Amino acid sequence: MMSDKITDGIRGVLRDFGRLAVDVSTLADQSNLYEAGLTSHGSVTLMLALEDQFNVEFPDRMLRREAFASIAAIRTSLAQLVGADV
Amino acid sequence: MSSVAAAGSLVETARRISEAVAAPAADAVDQSARFPHEAMAALREERMLGALVPRAFGGLGATVSEVAACCAALGRSCASTAMIYAMHQIQVACLVRHGLVSPYFRDYLAQLAQHEWLIASATSEHGVGGDLRRSVCAVERNDSRIRVIKEAPVISYGEETDDILLTARRASDAAPADQVLVLARKAGIRLTRTGAWDTLGMRGTRSLGFTLEVSGSPEQVVSVPFSDVASQTMLPVAHVVWSAVWLGLATDAVARARAFVRAEARRTPGAVPPTAFRLAETVAELDSMKATVHGGLADFEQHRDDPEALGGLGFAIRMNNLKASASRMAPEIVTRALAVCGISGYRCDSPYSLGRHLRDAHSAALMISNDRVLSANAAMLLVHKDS
Repeated sequence: MMSDKITDGIRGVLRDFGRLAVDVSTLADQSNLYEAGLTSHGSVTLMLALEDQFNVEFPDRMLRREAFASIAAIRTSLAQLVGADV
Repeated sequence: MSSVAAAGSLVETARRISEAVAAPAADAVDQSARFPHEAMAALREERMLGALVPRAFGGLGATVSEVAACCAALGRSCASTAMIYAMHQIQVACLVRHGLVSPYFRDYLAQLAQHEWLIASATSEHGVGGDLRRSVCAVERNDSRIRVIKEAPVISYGEETDDILLTARRASDAAPADQVLVLARKAGIRLTRTGAWDTLGMRGTRSLGFTLEVSGSPEQVVSVPFSDVASQTMLPVAHVVWSAVWLGLATDAVARARAFVRAEARRTPGAVPPTAFRLAETVAELDSMKATVHGGLADFEQHRDDPEALGGLGFAIRMNNLKASASRMAPEIVTRALAVCGISGYRCDSPYSLGRHLRDAHSAALMISNDRVLSANAAMLLVHKDS
């Protein structure tokens, strides 16, 4: 399923670039990434890494804090850009 | 009373206090690095500390633009007074814009407007390298009480303030960026001095270092995450009111240069003094600074009730640019004014003296270092498209 691929991709990017205070595998899709240690600087790194991984560009309207607050929120944004079902 | 009439009277009052109270004390405040108590008492008397508190809660219901105009008016006489007033208003703005959901903060703001309490800020902390968005200290909960201990390298007017608004991690096990704002109340504050304030400028702000120990009740924690308060209010309001202070300071430096050139021209009627050309350049720079500050203010007022726009990267980049530009322009303009006045500006005992202005203006680039501000923009511009 496409959406699973997206989720796995997001988790991979978070593991490699998120600089979180906790192990990504312990996070639920709805867990708050900022509470897990994501910083504002870290979120920019995360956006760049996601753009590279999924070969997309986030439009400015998606560059909001809430859009990167959880794996589920990121998936919603990405799904719009790659045209997948969520 | 219409808001325009109120605005006029508020700025008029600030101008009057600036000229009659702050200006005569400015040199003494600077020389002895003391709190500008006369001007702060006059502001209190006119109920200007509660200016941003809505009328429904007993305040003056002023806008951030009106407060910024007051900061500029005060900055023309005493940058320390203006900065203290500005810093206080940033704290009030955070509580007015994010605290009114809570009965505790509604009651607090009503009392602030009545008693004209002064609020200081404790955001910086040893161990975070000047990063506003990270904390070491945490809100520790014990039964029905909270406790925070913060190593603060600077708390401006910490010894003169009533209350202190500080950042801390949400809980002892929270990540460094998972922060909340806590309003420390006078009775629950213990300050132990750890550092002095003997600086080049802004000497009246008395930004000493302290170990801050806070005890209180859980309702003193602002429920909205600090990340939202910071992006929607604390940072943009700080940048607009600080810039207004620096504009006021630069305006007075240029006023002194203008007075100097007029006096020169009167001595040589019929000839335009050579300094007049340099003055014309300086006035042009001041006009650019004015446009920058007013543009930033208009930008904030346009989006002030739109959390989505305020939280966006584009807005954060523009507010950072306002800060970086205004803080670069202020010392440049004062330096130009000094070149116009020559030795009369360089002297400390002349009516055209610009030493204090120059020293105060150099603080602007350091209050949240411009390198940090521009680095943040550099990072945001990697993903922002301005589409």
